[in-house]
Amino acid sequence: MTMSLTDKDKAAVKALWAKISKGADAIGAEALARMLVVYPQTKTYFSHWPDMSAGSGPVTKHGKKIMGGVALAVSKMDDLSGGLLELSELHAFQLRVDPANFKILAQCLQVVIAIMFPNDFTPEAHVALDKFLSNVALALSEKYR
Amino acid sequence: MVKWSDFERATIQDIFSKISYDVVGSAALSRCLIVYPWTQRYFGSFGNLYNAAAITTNPKVAAHGKVIMAGLEKAVKNMDDIKTTYKDLSVLHSEKLQVDPDNFNLLGDCLTIVVAGQMGAAFTPEVQGAFQKFLAVVVASLRKQYY
Repeated sequence: MTMSLTDKDKAAVKALWAKISKGADAIGAEALARMLVVYPQTKTYFSHWPDMSAGSGPVTKHGKKIMGGVALAVSKMDDLSGGLLELSELHAFQLRVDPANFKILAQCLQVVIAIMFPNDFTPEAHVALDKFLSNVALALSEKYR
Repeated sequence: MVKWSDFERATIQDIFSKISYDVVGSAALSRCLIVYPWTQRYFGSFGNLYNAAAITTNPKVAAHGKVIMAGLEKAVKNMDDIKTTYKDLSVLHSEKLQVDPDNFNLLGDCLTIVVAGQMGAAFTPEVQGAFQKFLAVVVASLRKQYY
């Protein structure tokens, strides 16, 4: 379900990102920790981690990595397929994460942003971010088959 | 029958005792109409839903937000048999209102976001898990009478 980003959407995402990007590492770590608790089936991708709890080394480090990907997507908003090509190949051929999980992580990211930035995550910001994350998920799925 | 842990039971009762039904109902419904605009198809009689500002200030949306919260409260008070409690509501949504049940998940997502915003750090991952389990049972019960 991807509806393409209008100029208004892109502006809204950029405006929201400007407000939240300083907290990106914390957002990523919290969203990932949350996902592992709320959607326990996602733990299957991290069975090699000794510790999956919130605040643990692996979760903190990986949350930061994920947000690096989101930051990249924000910078490549006008051409997500091109901009996320390498990441798509990584997810398709190496990680082989079922794409249904992109939606799950997107939801956790939005819950965390709602908690940390309640005044900035207005309905207008929410719809733009939701569309953006759907488009990111689609770009990440491009190389799967 | 759904099994609730002591933590889940206590969490749901706690959330619903603390949140303002007026605020949460209205915020969740208006957010749903803004974030998933196709849901507006069910509210043709509500007047101006033209843009986010109109939706957020629409008195019919606010009033209906309260109706939704009253419905959820029934589930909160009957957690051990939401399926039976919601039989008539399910028939209503299926036969009279003719709502595509996938919409229930959309409203549920918006409720989660609004409650998260209200509770802040108190909306821990474990609390979120309990809340989403509750919503999943509510949605499944509302879907039950569709055929």
